[in-house]
Amino acid sequence: MTTAASELATYNFAYLDEQTKRMIRRAILKAIAIPGYQVPFASREMPMPYGWGTGGVQVTAAILGPEDVLKVIDQGADDTTNAVSIRAFFQKVANVAVTTRTRAATIIQTRHRIPEEKLTTGQTLVYQVPIPEPLRFLEPRETETRKMHALEEYGLMHVKLYEDIARNGHIATTYAYPVKVEGRYVMDPSPTPKFDNPKMHMSEALQLFGAGREKRIYAVPPHTEVVSLDFEDHPFEVQSFDKPCGLCGAENVYLDEVVLDDRGGRMFVCSDTDHCEDRRAHGHCGTMLAYGKEAAR
Amino acid sequence: MTDAPLLKVRDISKFYGARIGCRNVSFDLWPGEVLAIVGESGSGKTTLLNCLATRLMPTSGTIEYRTRDGQMRDLARMGEAERRFLMRTDWGFVHQNPADGLRMTVSAGANVGERLMAVGGRHYGNIRETAGDWLRRVEIGIDRIDDQPRAFSGGMRQRLQIARNLVTAPRLVFMDEPTGGLDVSVQARLLDLVRGLVHDLGLSAIIVTHDLAVARLLSHRMMVMKDGQVIEQGLTDRVLDDPREAYTQLLVSSILQV
Repeated sequence: MTTAASELATYNFAYLDEQTKRMIRRAILKAIAIPGYQVPFASREMPMPYGWGTGGVQVTAAILGPEDVLKVIDQGADDTTNAVSIRAFFQKVANVAVTTRTRAATIIQTRHRIPEEKLTTGQTLVYQVPIPEPLRFLEPRETETRKMHALEEYGLMHVKLYEDIARNGHIATTYAYPVKVEGRYVMDPSPTPKFDNPKMHMSEALQLFGAGREKRIYAVPPHTEVVSLDFEDHPFEVQSFDKPCGLCGAENVYLDEVVLDDRGGRMFVCSDTDHCEDRRAHGHCGTMLAYGKEAAR
Repeated sequence: MTDAPLLKVRDISKFYGARIGCRNVSFDLWPGEVLAIVGESGSGKTTLLNCLATRLMPTSGTIEYRTRDGQMRDLARMGEAERRFLMRTDWGFVHQNPADGLRMTVSAGANVGERLMAVGGRHYGNIRETAGDWLRRVEIGIDRIDDQPRAFSGGMRQRLQIARNLVTAPRLVFMDEPTGGLDVSVQARLLDLVRGLVHDLGLSAIIVTHDLAVARLLSHRMMVMKDGQVIEQGLTDRVLDDPREAYTQLLVSSILQV
């Protein structure tokens, strides 16, 4: 037995073999060429269960180079299980530099959020997508939804919004809010809150979407028009919050509710942890900051 | 009625392998005319209707339709996008089972409004108003606008399906046994309603039915089918009062007289 064989299994750079990466890159190029169009690809088994970001991981693996700096977020946070394990995964199989700083990253893999800080040219945002088909819950047949995309029959999407208003008095869809990309394809922006939809519009960064179980890749190239669907008399609105972030005092950011005790105590804090930490480092202070420190102790 | 036919059907045949669906059917349909296709189960009525409505590809023959710009267009040569657009604006299709034609999980208002949104309606208030107006026309209370069709009775569902089809003011409506599965008093109301709507809107309609009373009440002209072929056609009153073919005589005489 040779020494190589007796050693532990070694991986190709970034886990996937080169042929697979080429296949995924071709799908990505096609996706970029047709913004919002879902390109089928031969999704591979990854060493993690479906639903944990297998699509995003494959896209990241295909575009990752040794010089890249990777940031992984889950619901905006760098320190949740999903983010930590995917970051560790790429450290192990690609030995790339990782960061939690939005500004320092070249590739940001995300689940459910777009960072608060404006992304810039050269950065790539990779989304983990559970269900890429925006029409899925209205039309269960894949053959039919593909035809509807091909023929630009998107009346059904408005039926969903109509139902929202009829039932709740306003458009109650708060995440995975459908958008139209470059005036052509209707796209599911993955389960990001609709708060983040305006950030996709004319973004300087490249946005790639990978759905591992559903075997689809789609993309929004930089400087692409992304318009949220709405009615003339019920225009698209993002969520607003009554209070600023309890830790850093930031306004106009997306906040998470944190339950503090069993007596109804709660606080609202930035969902983007890096943004919050950065602000605190620059001396911003929220009303609950002292409480947070106490609780940490 | 104008001089040009709305629909020109020539030698339509549909074979399922060696079995015959329908064979060599030809007719013209004029604007404002209601044509009934009658015959027993398995006589090819529904196959013919599905071929006409482009839901099935006929094995041979041509169907030409006069579009709103006055041109006769061969449906088989039309692009799929155009055909589907035609189907949801200029045409209507009323299924025997309302569940096939309705979206059972969205409200009545959205069911009626869907076609409006499909052709670019983007004003919620207007869509809702039109939907409410159509519900009133098919005698469904405005307070039911936000209920799902599964909370409706069979007759209401069928009326909702009709409203959903007529909201874009189509010129041609296909109906497959529109009164099937409804009890007689509900049938009578529905027939009354359809007759009123067809008259008011100047619709052309092709109605498939095995119920000669439906044909008598609604249609101007009828075709009798047997084993996939049209064996007799003519004005409804003429065919029913003075049937020439032996089979038609049998059909007419088998109506129960109460």
